[in-house]
Amino acid sequence: MSLTSLWRAATQHRLFWPVVALVALLVINVPFTPGFFEIHLKSGHLYGSLVSIVLFGSPLILVAIGMTLVIATGGIDLSVGAVVAISGALACLVVSKQADQGSVAGVLLAFALALAVSLVCGAWNGLLVARLGIQPIIATLILMVAGRGIAQLITSGQIITVNSDAYSLIGGGYWLALPFSLFVVALVVALSMALTRRTALGLLVEAVGGNAEASRLVGIRSRRIKIMAYMFCGLCAGIAGLMISSNVSAADGNNAGLWIELDAILAVVIGGTSLTGGRFHLGGTIIGALIIQTLTTTIYTIGVPTQTNLVFKAVVVIVVCLMQSPLFRAKVFGARARRRGRTQKSPGATADAAPQLEVSP
Amino acid sequence: MIDRRGFLTAGAAVSAAGILAACAKKNPAKSSSSSDKTGGGSKQITLGFSQVGSESGWRAANTQSVKEAAKAAGINLKFSDAQQKQENQISAIRSYIAQKVDVISFSPVVVTGWDTVLKEAKAAGIPVILTDRSVETSDPSLYVTLVGSDFEIEGERAAHMLEKVLAGHTGPVKIAQLEGTTGAAPAIERAKGFAKIMKASHPEWSIIASQTGDFTRAGGKQVMAAFLQAHSDIDVLFSHNDDMAIGAIQSIQAAGKTPGKDIKIVSVDGVHDGFVAMSKGQINGIVECNPLLGPQLMDAVKTVHAGKGSTLPRWIKTQETDYTADQAAAALPSRKY
Repeated sequence: MSLTSLWRAATQHRLFWPVVALVALLVINVPFTPGFFEIHLKSGHLYGSLVSIVLFGSPLILVAIGMTLVIATGGIDLSVGAVVAISGALACLVVSKQADQGSVAGVLLAFALALAVSLVCGAWNGLLVARLGIQPIIATLILMVAGRGIAQLITSGQIITVNSDAYSLIGGGYWLALPFSLFVVALVVALSMALTRRTALGLLVEAVGGNAEASRLVGIRSRRIKIMAYMFCGLCAGIAGLMISSNVSAADGNNAGLWIELDAILAVVIGGTSLTGGRFHLGGTIIGALIIQTLTTTIYTIGVPTQTNLVFKAVVVIVVCLMQSPLFRAKVFGARARRRGRTQKSPGATADAAPQLEVSP
Repeated sequence: MIDRRGFLTAGAAVSAAGILAACAKKNPAKSSSSSDKTGGGSKQITLGFSQVGSESGWRAANTQSVKEAAKAAGINLKFSDAQQKQENQISAIRSYIAQKVDVISFSPVVVTGWDTVLKEAKAAGIPVILTDRSVETSDPSLYVTLVGSDFEIEGERAAHMLEKVLAGHTGPVKIAQLEGTTGAAPAIERAKGFAKIMKASHPEWSIIASQTGDFTRAGGKQVMAAFLQAHSDIDVLFSHNDDMAIGAIQSIQAAGKTPGKDIKIVSVDGVHDGFVAMSKGQINGIVECNPLLGPQLMDAVKTVHAGKGSTLPRWIKTQETDYTADQAAAALPSRKY
């Protein structure tokens, strides 16, 4: 009895299906990659598939966290990929112009400049959306298109290579044998969780996303909340940009962060946040981003032919999204459960479906 | 807080700055004709050249080469940059026709849609030479020749380069391949050329993993990291360009292996950073894909102008060299791109 109720509680947890999808994807790798779950110590740092997934997935997790808050306010930010490119390009330019590229002070200056510009990009989006009332998808489209041009202007269309151990730490280096990016992600996650769940900020964001006008009438400064969400999203994209450029020690204005906005939106949706705004789940977003990164790694390791990469990805994403939809589950599994229920005369199936529908978007 | 008037003023200022920048960009392009030298006593040849744009270091080197070669050959070059737009290229070609230049040359941004403007050039009696990329036309007489690289041959040369790199090696060879952007001509043709040689003369070679790295460093690094996890026995990496190879080198190092020794690397392009990696012994061989086709273009222009265009082949293949690691340090200072 207690076991079944425990099982029921687990399956009804909103993170249950995303976690199942993640674990399933990880397990699929085992027959193709012997020792997929093994982690060794190689030249002073941990090495293994799981470490790679976390290392390469870090920028996506960051961008997706910023995106979650923007989506929670009822908006969307398409410009994160461009901000990634701008931030990486600017930081690499500043570092490459220095006499001593390895100097920590110089690298910190480059980081500060790049993050300041990312904040400005976010503020620009926020102003367009909150002050001028432009539809978020259009307002951020402007920077999505123009931003890549700006990034190429900064790099003069070339790939800027930097030779700096300090710079390569944030996205490609290791600290305490773990990828340094893991600590950055942990810090950002902890900060955003504390701010949104330990203070009233998260409630305000959800209120604004649920009904901006009503929340304004009860005294919430909804415009300010929105601008802050876009600025936070810009900042996250900026840090992700530093990581991506630092990971390869080079800035590529053309390709850095290309289409990351779509992956980030997907991660948010897989994580159970509704695109219409309102309630948001940072934990779900992180799982969503890890699913996408694991999927990418899986495609590389199991030898899917290049031409069918995107089809494979699409099929997996559709399956994950469907499994997560309570409506879909109620239709498919509900029908079976109802049949069973009729013979056993138990109302379990309908009781199952009802609370799930509440969390449905 | 910005009120509406402030926003409009800022908008006006931004667009004014944009217009100024655009003017500043246009001027050097239009006035960059080198008319100081005359070619060998006869009337100076005028060449109208329309470049695709300036999207990469490769392209910048290509532009530089055309300009320098024109100067050296005493050809009066009228140069324009199309900024990746076909309509810009068409209007540039039309203006060259109106100016009655002797020869028109351009690097087509897309494959189709050139028939009308090429017919106008033909009607005006101006021969056309393509560079770098080809076009599809209904009438093959619309252009004289194409000066550019053969990507399939590059793939074959990469296979021959690998033969050199593996000299003395016996037994099976397991190859991982980093492909270019899916569907791009260089990616398809390079893979085809390499596979051709492999099938014909190397039954002991096998490609055990092949994925696209989108021609980028980040792509190359990520794909190679996954390859190394799934296959512990990779002997050789064949990368469709240097940037992916540079990314892959970092992954190989992270896996505790030595690039160039534990895993031999052959790549295509010959960009500056690729040569830097090769001079460190991390890349074993590079097959050049040469943007410096200016001199060959100028030779073709002279031949066409002398009325001997029919003697030229339809495709003048770029002169390209293969470099092995021991030549890298010597060649590095002279790399222009």
